[in-house]
Amino acid sequence: MKSIEDWDWAPGKKIVADMNQWQSDYEAAEEPYVSPDGERIAAIVKIEEETYTVCVNGTPWERTFDKVWSLRFSPDNRAVALVSDTAEWSVAVDGATWENWFEFVWNMQFSRENGSIAVAAQNARSYFAVLDDAPWESGFPSMNNLTVSKSGKTSAAAIQTIPLKEGDIFEFQKGCFSVAVNGVAWKNTFINAWEIDINPEDRLVAAEVRHTLYDYTIAINDEVWPTSFSAVWRPRFNPVDNSVTAPVKVAGGWSLAKDGELFWNGRYSQLWHHFYSSDGKKIAAIVAPQFGKWTVAENDKAWDLRFNEVVMDPVYSPDNRHIACTGKADGKWYVALDGKAWPTPYDRVWAPVFSPGGDLVATKVEIGGKYAIAVNDKLIDIPFANAWDPVFSPDGSKLLVKGIGTGEDEGKYCRHILKTDTLPRR
Amino acid sequence: MAIAEPKSNDKPIVLDDAIIEGAEKLSEEDIARVINDMIKTEGGARFKAYLNTCMSCGYCSEACHFYLSNDKEPRFAPAAKVKQTLGEFTKKKGRVSRETLMQACEIAFTECNLCRRCMMYCPFGIDIAFLMLFVRRVCHKLGVVPRYIQDTAHSHSATMNQMWVQEDEWIDTLQWQEDEAKDEFPDLRIPIEKEGADVYYSVIGPEPKFRAQLIYQAAVLMHVAKIDWTMTSSPGWDNSDMCMYTGDLEMTARLKKVHFESALRLRNKRIVMGECGHAFRSVYDVGNRFLGWKMPPIEVVHAVAFYDELLRENRIKIAQKFDRPVTFHDPCNIVRGQGLHEKARNVIRQTCETFIEMEPNREHNFCCSAGGGVINCGPPYKNKRVESNRVKADQLIAAREKGAEILIAPCHNCHGGLEDIIHHYKIDIEIKFLIDILFDCMEK
Ligand code: SF4
Ligand code: SF4
Ligand code: SF4
Repeated sequence: MKSIEDWDWAPGKKIVADMNQWQSDYEAAEEPYVSPDGERIAAIVKIEEETYTVCVNGTPWERTFDKVWSLRFSPDNRAVALVSDTAEWSVAVDGATWENWFEFVWNMQFSRENGSIAVAAQNARSYFAVLDDAPWESGFPSMNNLTVSKSGKTSAAAIQTIPLKEGDIFEFQKGCFSVAVNGVAWKNTFINAWEIDINPEDRLVAAEVRHTLYDYTIAINDEVWPTSFSAVWRPRFNPVDNSVTAPVKVAGGWSLAKDGELFWNGRYSQLWHHFYSSDGKKIAAIVAPQFGKWTVAENDKAWDLRFNEVVMDPVYSPDNRHIACTGKADGKWYVALDGKAWPTPYDRVWAPVFSPGGDLVATKVEIGGKYAIAVNDKLIDIPFANAWDPVFSPDGSKLLVKGIGTGEDEGKYCRHILKTDTLPRR
Repeated sequence: MAIAEPKSNDKPIVLDDAIIEGAEKLSEEDIARVINDMIKTEGGARFKAYLNTCMSCGYCSEACHFYLSNDKEPRFAPAAKVKQTLGEFTKKKGRVSRETLMQACEIAFTECNLCRRCMMYCPFGIDIAFLMLFVRRVCHKLGVVPRYIQDTAHSHSATMNQMWVQEDEWIDTLQWQEDEAKDEFPDLRIPIEKEGADVYYSVIGPEPKFRAQLIYQAAVLMHVAKIDWTMTSSPGWDNSDMCMYTGDLEMTARLKKVHFESALRLRNKRIVMGECGHAFRSVYDVGNRFLGWKMPPIEVVHAVAFYDELLRENRIKIAQKFDRPVTFHDPCNIVRGQGLHEKARNVIRQTCETFIEMEPNREHNFCCSAGGGVINCGPPYKNKRVESNRVKADQLIAAREKGAEILIAPCHNCHGGLEDIIHHYKIDIEIKFLIDILFDCMEK
């Protein structure tokens, strides 16, 4: 996997592909996707009736298919799509299909570290996961919440272990669902199992479970917390000490529990999507301290800032000193940093991206029907018809900006490398 | 016209084996504990005010189709439903018999559509539906719920949709409908998981299962109107919610979280929902609030309002008006719940030559008697449901006599309920969704 240091960081603009051409070269071209390094742009294209393929930088894959969907780029810049040929389905990576074909594949996921590819698959109504072309050895009557670990070595999912007859509510209530890790089901069964987290060493798997209709808790490697709650959300492993935390609902509201016991004192109208600083010392979460008022809390202390509609995308800076997020108030989106919202209202914002030093926050934004990249809430003066998330160089001196241009660059996909010291500052 | 005391033999007969099986597992102590705990923790100011304010004046009785259709049998009066359920619970301080609990379950689940019509006639605005939902939540907590709707709630919890539709079956349906539509419109797409699209379109579980042509029609509408739209391949696609009606609000919260977050993840600007009443109530009112969102975190537009907007903005044009006379059933959840009745009429006036109003109409319309999860309680209750809505049949017969040949109902549950009524009372009228009409009439 080519590391980010080796990407082309030479300042300047490069026209990678002229998308206008694609519209005339093919019967139809679907919405494009761009590789993380910005060097490649791809779209599903129609060659003729029931014949599709993927076009990358203007060149189609050699092989064509009856159907292609779910085109995305992996973290290591490969174009990956789900493809079908004579009613069988597989995964195509840069044009080459996996050896295995299935009755159906979907829910494509990438591991963050090495770009492993996982999909959910079905054969003869048996459900299983496939990780880098290796199917699980056993299948299940149903499967949901497929999750792949950061390292790409482990896949896990909520699975059904006991088939159910229609309307058999009392059998269901005995518990017919569980969790499978790399195809091996836990021994415990639950009424339900949902979202899953896998620890950084691929040794531990935690899941939200409901073990009566009313008791929700967290199960880790087939062992449930001794305490139950009236609701829980997705558990998370501490990246350093492997303890597990999860949002839990108790009398008085939502709070955070750790290893089965209440951990935060605060009671929130809502608390979800908690996340750790990389040193495992801090935990932050999206919270609503009061009904309808949203913000971020760090170590149980909520920011003073409130958004009246929604808060999304909170993230720690690489040095763990800052948190940025997006929020919506009265129909407009804002970017917030460390408890302060920046003033510019946008029609839409995408997830904030920190510079390695944590001093800059770049976001794709939509404003007045055009897209742009904002850095610390100042717009870079390159209007786009569409844009993708920006990327900082590892030393923080450059910013990669990717988008389809306007004006003389209309329909052209361009890759810009900007020097961060020339960016407008706030 | 004070309501008469229900006679002691005037009691619902328990028709569902799961209610009996659920209740058999309970002692009176269990029942009392759960009832008293619920009243303590969830019986807030609104609950107490409603219970204490009712004067038994009976003004609400004539509003209820159950009461009217059952020859004004006193026990079907809205206030009497409260008396037989919460009235017993509070009077006996929760120590009610299994028999009483089962009857309360039967009343709350199958003798009230939570349609809120009665509320409009109560001088104090007492929301009987809110109180019946409270009873249902007690029943949920005690595990005494009719089998069919409980099975639906289980499906929701396991699959995030109401019909046990597996993830691959859903995606396959979308691709199949796209293929079908391509025969007619070669460059039509059902864009799956399109990031940044303006519209996120969501439907209810029965569409892929029984009414896939509605997805086809919606796709054609989006295509012709040149809407930048998408549907999700992830389990957020079903906007329906029977858990709201079984009283499993924790599961309602989970369903709505998955729904909203799939649209937020795709950064779509707004959610357009298909023609369903209760799903709208869940997304627009109940589910969002239970999660802490005062309003939905992303704009939500019901199909009726969306069609009205497309017509007003000339994004679709009517080639030829629908020439058979139509009447319109106002679904409670979008009319009393959201005031969409004039928008619906605007769409009808623009698409149909002859429109015959049903009487009464708009927010005064009678429910179809399927709503509030009653139809989801399944076959054991079909007869009671249909026989308890003679007033709807009368409304339909009157509209038919004025010449209406088509009954438009923009709600899935209403469709099911009205279908049964038409059949049972042998009314010669054909039922359609609003999109059936639009699809027929628009320039394609
Ligand atoms: S069915 Fe409607 S009118 Fe009758 S009691 Fe229930 S909410 Fe009131
Ligand atoms: S609910 Fe209202 S209208 Fe009905 S009996 Fe009570 S006070 Fe009268
Ligand atoms: S099914 Fe239709 S008429 Fe009946 S309660 Fe729902 S919206 Fe109302």
